Amino acid sequence: MAFVTPKSQQRSYDVIVVGSGAAGGQTVYTLCMEGARVLMLEAGRRYAPETETPMFQTPDQAPLGGVGTPQKPFGFYDATVDGGWQVPGEPYVRTTEDHGGRFDWWRARMLGGRTNHWGRISLRNGPYDFKPKSRDGLGFDWPINYEDVAPYYDKVELLIGVYGSNEGLENTPNSSPGCLLPPPKPIVSDYAIAKAARHLGIPVIPGHRAVLTRALDHRSNPKRIHPGNGRAQEILAADMQSRAPCLWATPCGRGCSIRANYQSTTVHLPPALATGKLDITTDAMVYEVTLGADGKASGVSFVDRTTGRHEHASARVVVLAASACESARILLNSKSAHFPDGLANSSGKVGRYIMDTVGSDVWGQVPQLESLPPLNEDGADGHAYYMPWWLYQQQRAGKLGFARGYHVEFSGGRRMPGPGTAAGLEWLTGGNYGAKFKQDVRRFYGSLVYFSGRGEMIPNENSYCEIDPGGVKDRFGIPVLRFHWKFSEHETRQAAHMQRTFGEIIEAMGGRPHRIETDGAKAILPGGLIIHEVGGAIMGADPKVSVTNQWCQTWDVPNLFVTDGAVFPSNADKNPTLTIMAVAWRAADHILERLRRKEL
Amino acid sequence: MIDRRTTIKWMLAASAAWPAWRTAVGQPRHGTALLRPPAAPGYGTDPDLVTSHKRGEFWPLTLSAAQRRLAAVLSDLIIPADEHSASASAVGVVDFIDEWVSAPYPVQQHDRPVVLDGFTWLDAEGARRGGKGFAELDTATQTAMCDSICDATRAPAERREAARFFALYRDLTAAAFYSSPAGARDLGYVGNVPLTSFEGAPPELLKKLNLT
Repeated sequence: MAFVTPKSQQRSYDVIVVGSGAAGGQTVYTLCMEGARVLMLEAGRRYAPETETPMFQTPDQAPLGGVGTPQKPFGFYDATVDGGWQVPGEPYVRTTEDHGGRFDWWRARMLGGRTNHWGRISLRNGPYDFKPKSRDGLGFDWPINYEDVAPYYDKVELLIGVYGSNEGLENTPNSSPGCLLPPPKPIVSDYAIAKAARHLGIPVIPGHRAVLTRALDHRSNPKRIHPGNGRAQEILAADMQSRAPCLWATPCGRGCSIRANYQSTTVHLPPALATGKLDITTDAMVYEVTLGADGKASGVSFVDRTTGRHEHASARVVVLAASACESARILLNSKSAHFPDGLANSSGKVGRYIMDTVGSDVWGQVPQLESLPPLNEDGADGHAYYMPWWLYQQQRAGKLGFARGYHVEFSGGRRMPGPGTAAGLEWLTGGNYGAKFKQDVRRFYGSLVYFSGRGEMIPNENSYCEIDPGGVKDRFGIPVLRFHWKFSEHETRQAAHMQRTFGEIIEAMGGRPHRIETDGAKAILPGGLIIHEVGGAIMGADPKVSVTNQWCQTWDVPNLFVTDGAVFPSNADKNPTLTIMAVAWRAADHILERLRRKEL
Repeated sequence: MIDRRTTIKWMLAASAAWPAWRTAVGQPRHGTALLRPPAAPGYGTDPDLVTSHKRGEFWPLTLSAAQRRLAAVLSDLIIPADEHSASASAVGVVDFIDEWVSAPYPVQQHDRPVVLDGFTWLDAEGARRGGKGFAELDTATQTAMCDSICDATRAPAERREAARFFALYRDLTAAAFYSSPAGARDLGYVGNVPLTSFEGAPPELLKKLNLT
């Protein structure tokens, strides 16, 4: 079993998994390592990071110095293939272009999806994050606790490799012993920022990212991940030995040819393929889950992008892991006499409660960091440190005016020079040019610091997606999504708080913020821009107001599961990818158990 | 709406630095009529990332010989040779700018008339001041002209457009120069090399900066 075309697929599988990113990768990994026969369908093309990643390429070797364009929005060398804010021939619709009401949807059409380029930030949700409504009355609780997910966080960290440290801070969980790799050593600007922040009472601790700061323990980890499964241990141990640790150069967003960071394509799929249990069909654009006469899912229909033909694949279980909004789209497009509003939608909640992360950024210049001696500060591509949310008490006392927290990602240092290095410096140079300008660029290079607030958005009734009532279809003839979006004051006030805080930190460093926006509605980045969209098929304890149960199993169709971010009933400030993988692993374990008991 | 300078800063940062820096969903402010709209599909959504690309490989370069001459003179006024590194034109900045203003993407198409109008203004103003095109003027006159438009915040109303052009052109010149190996050397960048370990900040430097 391996890469197959629709013609060479098996007649039926135990499980079909739609999507190959963090959720799809984790789901097929867990299923195949435990013996299930799985077909993975990916809408994009096959992608091989080992040969396609631009390691060490410099900006002068790229068109336009590698700056972002509509065809490569995060820059020429970004790993994303056939994607970005728009995918050619695959439009989506929104109700407004306005800053406060627009939603932008980042998609990738490639094996591994967005895991190929993501920031690798891997934070655990804490105990509060699973029960937000119980704490402040807003949004929804998860039907599970931190303790339910904790063993899976451990397993994901042991499998993919996450650096970090255990600090025992409030709602910022420790990992079990041996799960985390050592964090990278901080650079000068990290120390300077940490000193100023701590002076203001803000904690600064090592970040958590899915980058191998040293090789994974191939003797111990496989045993902890697959107890009692010698074959799985053997496959994983061999694969772990073929992953190299970080070589401390070249940005992670390009992907990693030596497999030193987590991408589904370099971490989940190779061992899953080695089991011989996994078939993968790429260029398979799934648009519908089909139903049998028994009311159970019989398989999926898809368009083969290479031939344009409509195809069908069958399995005992169907798992959607196509990304939150794409999974919602497939459900909404799976209409039948029995399910006129889309599949698994008896609650009317499919597509509802889409959340992104609240984002607001500030940069500034710090004289203390000027004209430092030449130093290699590439490290593990930044994020040696971060600031976890620290104002739980003030928030509980109602002093902040917004209900949920944020964490702070920051960066600085002598990064690889590029087109942005000396652009827009007039606020520092007074608009000079010539010999003085060159001196100034040397002086200011490495003295700029960047702060990104990443905060929790509370789900609301005005942020959702639906099948476009205007009838727009993509190039395959599949109806597209229309997005509605609105932030509440909990989000805009939080964004204003970020701006003020970052200004204070920069000033405490003796530096100068470029610009502080105190109007939260302007300070907040538009919906979707942080690319942490979750929700759309939320899990819950009540079938009337949720789409799946705690096992990611849809209430309406027992053999249909959704294992991506769509099931999140809340979106903590912690970046969602690690939680997507932990929840997917837990769901896949449940599927295996039910398959063994012949209940599916 | 995010202002355009911020947009550009982010777009540039997106390619140059921390991947969490987001490219804003940038649109040009208005549909400026193009002087000679480039007609090319761009490099597509799935270009080869591991080979080195030449300027003009994906779309034709469009500046005339006279425009390129002016571009070289102006770039070298902005980034002249000094004891650290060569001048802008010596490291291929003119090709970069030609590629930029010839590119089929919205930001670049927005910049194209700003740059070409700016060139026209420089030649007209040069003729008024010294009876010659800008590139043929003596350095003192060229410098005096640049001085009059280099700070957009102080430029009088009649030179505001020219000052806006100069700010953009300085950004493009710097973008090209500091993207080049010579520019990286000029800044003392010593990364982008594989290491077996990463030691972070040197303790003696932290001590000197009072950061321990």
